[in-house]
Amino acid sequence: MTVTLRELKESLGLTLLTESADMSRAVEAGYCCDLLSWVLARGVSGMAWITVQTHMNAVAVATLLDMSCLILPEDIQPEPDTLARAAEEGVAVFVSRDNAYALCGKMRAMGVPAAAKA
Amino acid sequence: MNRDMPGQCPPHGARPPEPSDNALRETHRVDAGDFSTAGEASASIRRALRRMGINPDVIRRVSIASYEVEINLVIHSFGGTMEMALDGDWLTIISRDTGPGIEDVSLAMTEGWSTATEEVREKGFGAGMGLPNVKRNTDYFDIVSQSGVGTTMRMGFKIQ
Repeated sequence: MTVTLRELKESLGLTLLTESADMSRAVEAGYCCDLLSWVLARGVSGMAWITVQTHMNAVAVATLLDMSCLILPEDIQPEPDTLARAAEEGVAVFVSRDNAYALCGKMRAMGVPAAAKA
Repeated sequence: MNRDMPGQCPPHGARPPEPSDNALRETHRVDAGDFSTAGEASASIRRALRRMGINPDVIRRVSIASYEVEINLVIHSFGGTMEMALDGDWLTIISRDTGPGIEDVSLAMTEGWSTATEEVREKGFGAGMGLPNVKRNTDYFDIVSQSGVGTTMRMGFKIQ
């Protein structure tokens, strides 16, 4: 069963920070890491990425890997430039009150698989 | 470790032919220390490859390698350029900077080794994964560096 960004938002109670996102996009996997080079090496296309990194380079990494969304845990607010860039690139950015651990558990319970390189 | 020639290490893969005059080319300037524009050169290269309908797996490898190189230029160099040339079966990206050069290239290619500052590490970079990530995602890679002069890297990707 495929989970869309819309379903992810509703089920996890996320707040969407980028208006232009395509909410019908499939969330193909989940991943949680704050080291950008690590994410670049291990991340996959279509994944939802949970990170505390709020600067523009997080959006660059999400765009280069064609991720479905970026989720900031614990109400972390991104820098305004980051949101502008994300909107430009069509990357959905969400914020959540939950911490990263709780978010991972909820996503897993929804049936979102862990990101694994083919 | 290649202690005899600290400014280079053995190339990875078979070197692609030099791009011809008919190659599709893009050149990007990358400024030192400017994290706000970091990633723009890689994004532009990625867009060009998408427009041409290149295989998504190849685009992914090119994106990772070119972004790591771009970030290296921002973090470590005095500024430089990234030149892309697409010709026949090969995409070549050459990065050149104007210094400061890498004292021991073999060491720089070692996973986990980094000279990045604390500030850079807080941004999620500088884990010593950059150059190994580049090599892993290329079909050809070589790096030549001279301390006090600069570093040149050549990356080749088979696009077929």
